[in-house]
Amino acid sequence: MAAPWLSLRLVAPMWNGTRGIHRLGGAVVPEGNQKKERTMLQFLTNHFYDVEALRGYLLQREMSKVHMKNRSFTWLEEQHGPYSAGAFFILKQGGAVKFRDKEWIRPDKYGHFSPEFWNFREVPVEAVDASDCEINYEGLDNLLLLKELQSLSLQRCPHVDDWCLSRLYPLADSLQELSLAGCPRVSERGLACLHHLQNLRRLDISDLPAVSNPGLTQILVEEMLPNCKVVGVDWAEGLKLGPEEQPQDTASPALA
Amino acid sequence: VAHTGRTVGRLGEGDWDGKVSEIKKKIKSILPGTSCDLLPDTSHLPPEHSDVVIVGGGVLGLSVAYWLKKLESRRGGIRVLVVERDYTYSQASTGLSVGGICQQFSLPENIQLSLFSASFLRNINEYLAVTNAPPLDLQFNPSGYLLLASEKDAAAMESNVKVQKQEGAKVCLMSPDQLRNKFPWISTEGVALASYGMENEGWFDPWCLLQGLRQKVESMGVFFCQGEVTRFVSSSQRMLTTDDEMVILKRIHEVHVKMDHSLEYQPVECSIVINAAGAWSAQIAALAGIGKGPPGTLQGTKLPVEPRKRYVYVWHCPQGPGLETPLVADTSGAYFRREGLGSNYLGGRSPIEEEEPDPENLEVDHDFFQEKVWPHLALRVPAFETLKVQTAWAGYYDYNTFDQNGVVGPHPLVVNMYFATGFSGHGLQQAPGVGRAVAEMILEGSFQTIDLSPFLFNRFYLGEKTQENNTM
Repeated sequence: MAAPWLSLRLVAPMWNGTRGIHRLGGAVVPEGNQKKERTMLQFLTNHFYDVEALRGYLLQREMSKVHMKNRSFTWLEEQHGPYSAGAFFILKQGGAVKFRDKEWIRPDKYGHFSPEFWNFREVPVEAVDASDCEINYEGLDNLLLLKELQSLSLQRCPHVDDWCLSRLYPLADSLQELSLAGCPRVSERGLACLHHLQNLRRLDISDLPAVSNPGLTQILVEEMLPNCKVVGVDWAEGLKLGPEEQPQDTASPALA
Repeated sequence: VAHTGRTVGRLGEGDWDGKVSEIKKKIKSILPGTSCDLLPDTSHLPPEHSDVVIVGGGVLGLSVAYWLKKLESRRGGIRVLVVERDYTYSQASTGLSVGGICQQFSLPENIQLSLFSASFLRNINEYLAVTNAPPLDLQFNPSGYLLLASEKDAAAMESNVKVQKQEGAKVCLMSPDQLRNKFPWISTEGVALASYGMENEGWFDPWCLLQGLRQKVESMGVFFCQGEVTRFVSSSQRMLTTDDEMVILKRIHEVHVKMDHSLEYQPVECSIVINAAGAWSAQIAALAGIGKGPPGTLQGTKLPVEPRKRYVYVWHCPQGPGLETPLVADTSGAYFRREGLGSNYLGGRSPIEEEEPDPENLEVDHDFFQEKVWPHLALRVPAFETLKVQTAWAGYYDYNTFDQNGVVGPHPLVVNMYFATGFSGHGLQQAPGVGRAVAEMILEGSFQTIDLSPFLFNRFYLGEKTQENNTM
């Protein structure tokens, strides 16, 4: 499940020199072409040491880029306070933050954002929208500085996996809304650690490709977090319909 | 007729003819077009020379091989050979393991090893990346471990948790009320205190780690061989200690590796031997002459590792604990954890000394579950009063009878045999750390990152136990 997108990243730079290395925007090359490219690349890698070494080097470079993005910003805490330090990390990654009683601060398409939040020393951050950001386990160090976070959106984050979810428990007192929709590495094993978040009121677990049985997982998560509205999967999904039942509408009465 | 100095009679003439026909045959076989059978086919045999020979291809042996190749100062600098007797790993402790990892130990070294292993597993796709191979999915469940303590163990648990927190493990103590609040399916009768690991603890798929290590290690150039080590050829040297006592130091020069189902063997010339044979390490040590001497002396100290059989049972309980269940270890020693989404659980219990099953084979004793495991489980989790056992298996612990902790590092007398064995049930979770420590010992001469000096072999002779209080 994690394999296809990772190998995509390494295929593109080798063969389509015109495209950039970052292809987060989705593949444009048709499927058949990709398969041919992938096997050609594999063939070359198996026969030439140079190609193998080059591919290894490119992979290491990708990984060190992600590490660089997730370096620690906790040193900013003494000077500017934890909320500004955490907000700076999110904004640098390309996410958006909302301080209490203030508007959303988003970076524009060039990555620039207004520096007004450096003055908000005592104002806690209420909501973070880290969709499509490259946050990983180490980067969560910075996110966990935001002790009074109420809403967190980690939609489509490529590096958020089960280990990261096990780290969210310090936010248990304040976190009320969490969205994990579209994260390719989150599975039901990571969802099991969300039981610490007892104040959670809304959890979005739609479109998780690594979850083996979405309908059953939805039921188990609902049982685990009784006060929380779990959104995203129809519990009837995956059930075999009898011959007399017809799927008229997908909304099940339990989720009304 | 002049003879050329050699007494050739009729016998000599016949000999000459035979020689000519032999030479003709040789020339015919060398010339292209005929199959060349000058050299016999040795592709199934291990190489004749190797710098390091690792006896045992389980997770510990492969971990040592990986770190040796990773920490070598020059690419291709060390030639490593891994000898594994059983290609199918049918009896190896790694594959049959429950696969848990936890930091809740009493020794700081064990905690550090576990913490490092957790970060190794977390970043496994960076450590064990092989081009062209798909990324590894360890199926890690970060659900944590919950250890329960009765009145008499509560003080020990508190001090253990203090040490664990100091080393950086994320563990918290819970009172019975908090336990009931968090896990309503648990019955806190007889529980005075509980310690709950919140991060870096859980369970994973040991096969995946083994395959990942195997793949990576093969891509780094380590040779694999299926065979059994039957003999060590060593040379001895008499030396005097500082107190003018005579010691005999041995150095292993050759390892005889015997092939499966045949008498054929290959002598592999080596400079370092690593004993990572798990439950059978004592046999390998005995081959090297460790323990052959009057008892009470250093020569007479055997390696106190023996195989102990442990059972694991899988059962189905439809009303059992939910998704958030950690691996619960009861005051009685029984433990269980969830397995998958379908209300299946697996668990077992360590038998007391008197009830140790015979480690002759891996047959499962189902009565053990009925009498010794189920009552304790049902006491702790009332929902387990109705359950149905689906399957069970047995595996070996490489049990260290001295102090239930691993043996790492060189032997004082057989100077080039290094141990990485005897972990008594937590070998899998400490394998990455131990592998790195042994590789550092070999390449640098001392432990660089985690200091495992309390785990050296000397302690068996000196009688100093490095006891671990939290075994499962």
